[in-house]
Amino acid sequence: MRKLGWLVPALYILFLLLPIYWLVSMSFKTTNEILGAFTLWPKKFTLENYQKIFTDPTWYNGYINSLIYVVINTVISVLVALPAAYAFSRYRFLGDKHLFFWLLTNRMAPAAVFALPFFQLYSAIGLFDTHIAVALAHCLFNIPLAVWILEGFMSSVPRQLDETAYLDGYGFWRFFLKIFLPTVAAGIGVAAFFCFMFSWVELLLAKTLTSVAAKPIAATMTRTASSSGYELGLLAAAGTLTIIPGAFVIYFVRNYIAKGFALGRV
Amino acid sequence: MAKISLEDIKHSYLKRPRAPEDWALKKLDLEWSDGGAYALLGPSGCGKTTLLNIISGLVRPTEGRVLFDGVDLNERPTDRRHIAQVFQFPVVYDTMTVRENLAFPLRNRGLKAAEIEQKVAAIAHMLDLSEMLPRRASGLTADGKQKISLGRGLVRSDVNVIMFDEPLTVIDPHLKWQLRSKLKELHQRTRRTMIYVTHDQTEALTFAEKVVVMHEGRVVQVGSPVELFERPRHTFVGHFIGSPGMNILPCEVSGGGVHFAGRQVDVENPPRGLLKGRHTEIGVRPEFVLLTEQGIPVNIVKVSDAGRYRIVEARCEESRIKLLLEEGVSLPASNVCVRFDPTHTRLYADGQLLE
Amino acid sequence: MDGKTQNQMGWLFVLPVVALVAFNAVIPLMAVVNYSVQETFGNNMFFFEGVKWFEQVLHSDRFHASLGRQLIFSGIILAIEVPLGVAIALAMPRRGPWVSVCLVLMALPLLIPWNVVGVMWNIFALPDIGMLGRLLNDLGFNYNYTQQPISAWATLIAMDVWHWTSLVVLLAYAGLSAIPDAYYQAAKIDGASAWAVFRYIQLPKMRRVLTIAVLLRFMDSFNIHTEPFVLTGGGPGNATTLLSIDLVKIALGQFDLGPAAAMSIIYFLIILLLSWVFYAVMTRGEEQ
Repeated sequence: MRKLGWLVPALYILFLLLPIYWLVSMSFKTTNEILGAFTLWPKKFTLENYQKIFTDPTWYNGYINSLIYVVINTVISVLVALPAAYAFSRYRFLGDKHLFFWLLTNRMAPAAVFALPFFQLYSAIGLFDTHIAVALAHCLFNIPLAVWILEGFMSSVPRQLDETAYLDGYGFWRFFLKIFLPTVAAGIGVAAFFCFMFSWVELLLAKTLTSVAAKPIAATMTRTASSSGYELGLLAAAGTLTIIPGAFVIYFVRNYIAKGFALGRV
Repeated sequence: MAKISLEDIKHSYLKRPRAPEDWALKKLDLEWSDGGAYALLGPSGCGKTTLLNIISGLVRPTEGRVLFDGVDLNERPTDRRHIAQVFQFPVVYDTMTVRENLAFPLRNRGLKAAEIEQKVAAIAHMLDLSEMLPRRASGLTADGKQKISLGRGLVRSDVNVIMFDEPLTVIDPHLKWQLRSKLKELHQRTRRTMIYVTHDQTEALTFAEKVVVMHEGRVVQVGSPVELFERPRHTFVGHFIGSPGMNILPCEVSGGGVHFAGRQVDVENPPRGLLKGRHTEIGVRPEFVLLTEQGIPVNIVKVSDAGRYRIVEARCEESRIKLLLEEGVSLPASNVCVRFDPTHTRLYADGQLLE
Repeated sequence: MDGKTQNQMGWLFVLPVVALVAFNAVIPLMAVVNYSVQETFGNNMFFFEGVKWFEQVLHSDRFHASLGRQLIFSGIILAIEVPLGVAIALAMPRRGPWVSVCLVLMALPLLIPWNVVGVMWNIFALPDIGMLGRLLNDLGFNYNYTQQPISAWATLIAMDVWHWTSLVVLLAYAGLSAIPDAYYQAAKIDGASAWAVFRYIQLPKMRRVLTIAVLLRFMDSFNIHTEPFVLTGGGPGNATTLLSIDLVKIALGQFDLGPAAAMSIIYFLIILLLSWVFYAVMTRGEEQ
């Protein structure tokens, strides 16, 4: 009976892998094969879809653009979240609880509500169609998330650490940078991971705030799907390529996945 | 009721143990007679929790057998071994009331409601938990929760052995003695076999009738608290028990007898041979190191105040000797000499008492 | 107490965060509130209209329909994903070499861009040339998600379950891993059945984790936009037009500022209210 326990996760993982397999296999087929016959794996294996993507700037720029704003956003979000999380974890100040709650409500906000206002706001300040615009827009959700995660990790560091450092004569910033941050390194990693994740996968705002120069890969894909008819193979290849950074990141943090989700407070 | 025997038990947590260090428990045989109060005493990592878990069935020993009244229990799962266990931190079912907690093991075994009610009330009374019965278990303090854990063991009449795995670890210090006395009282009343695992010698020596001292996966000595104190069979026991522990000093055995720091020392168990090739030591408790006019010269290193007496740490050549000074007795200013009371000084070879 | 020291300097520390979030939140929301109470006839001319837009939205059949669909969708999602995620987490071993492999594979769907998720299922479920679509039709079902509302809904739900259940699994697994072995050992000694272990030990100890999981899944499913948009575009017809899709259609498609703004505010308030209700209900027993 114990052995059957493996069946459930195994079946589930199989379920998860099927659509991914289908996408990947389609990326190696020619459009003719896709539309003409139904084959479980590529009868005529081809790399032409990938070739198109790697040689056409409209395509590969999409990936580069996405990576740029995701990295900018992750860096900004984590950097500003660090001192704020420290303050929430160590200090009591006027309105701190309400502020914390307000931050969390932003995570709940429907992106759709902000689509039009953001479009107008960022156009008004001349940032439309820039990477920084998307990076800043994503801060709306990612900063509260980063603060929440970091506060959890920081709260589990005993205050004795701070006190000992002051007794030893450390100034605040020296303490913060040299002693405190290394202690919460895991938390920083988790926060950065989630910021990366949410920014990489979000489409609506990224599409709304860009048109050509900073167009993310997601927008290029949607345009292809509607305009040039059914270039399914190309679409599949583009999609497959977007899975790679994600897989890479997960592999990187694989040891922390279970612990990371514990978020220090769960 | 049961007599528990452990035969030839060896255990390793590794699949393929090779070196001696891979074995958490090296060969041991033990017998626990019915109704006794035992303590398993030893430093962290000595294997006592492993041994406890083997008896309770939570761990299957790599080798050897566990017998209750002669019946081999190796195949029997935990819930049919008629044991109860209290863990290091309180384990209670948070969503249930105290009453439901105590009733739980009985409900699982299909007892009738009236019987359950009666037993729960009796045990709650014994543990001074009667007023708490309708309260949610999660609301109690740590010592209250440990009592509930204990209660779940006492409430079953088929329990032969109750095992405690360092149960006072999370209890507030001022409540520890209260709970300890309670345990002792409960043992007198119910006369069930109790095995108490701890690294704290005070807990062990006050609770137990017989103490099993363990070190690095082996049983070093089994005896009453007095025996362990007066006649340790192993230098480890001498050193571990008592505060401060026994002095273990290197010595040589030659034609005339036992010599320490060049001087002859009389021991309670003089050797019969030369004990060539064996590492010889003498053991003498600080209580039995006496100041004297002419004896082994020492240099005083430190004097600590321990209340009714003072602990003096002295040095002689490479060895440290501790002795106790009562109130009112003062140390000579210079040329301090000590001697060892012969009836309480013993010779050890390779760590073992020479008999 | 909570060990914190009174220090108004804390405000200095949170200033960058507040600035960035407020910039993104307060300014747009002010604009939204502005639009929601005004009428514009173009040329940047605005006239105060009071609650006219709110009334219009609240009485519109279109809004009722979208809201209804959204509530049904979120309800079904929660009903499937939370128990399923918990069940999978329970079935996984507590330790061992395969655990991290499993977790890594399960996390994969979470890191795929949402539009790619839509594209993936779009292709996967195509009735004639997609693996799933072809399979279902060969088995005798009349399945075409681009034309039949029921098929569209089924595909949408399957896609979301595929996409997000892993989040519940990971959270639940983390919660389960935090339970010390001694509880399971004590339960064995007490003779508890597997169901009793679940009911009295595992479920209570997973309470916080489950609260987070339910809140997250509720909020995110209520706000969902990209995946259904890419999969069905809201169709066939209006069949899968959920709240966000409808709102974006009105705001960015039709540029009806007034109604869009009013709907936005109502939308946001509904989420806040329902989240608060969920939170209160689930943490009710925690005041100990």
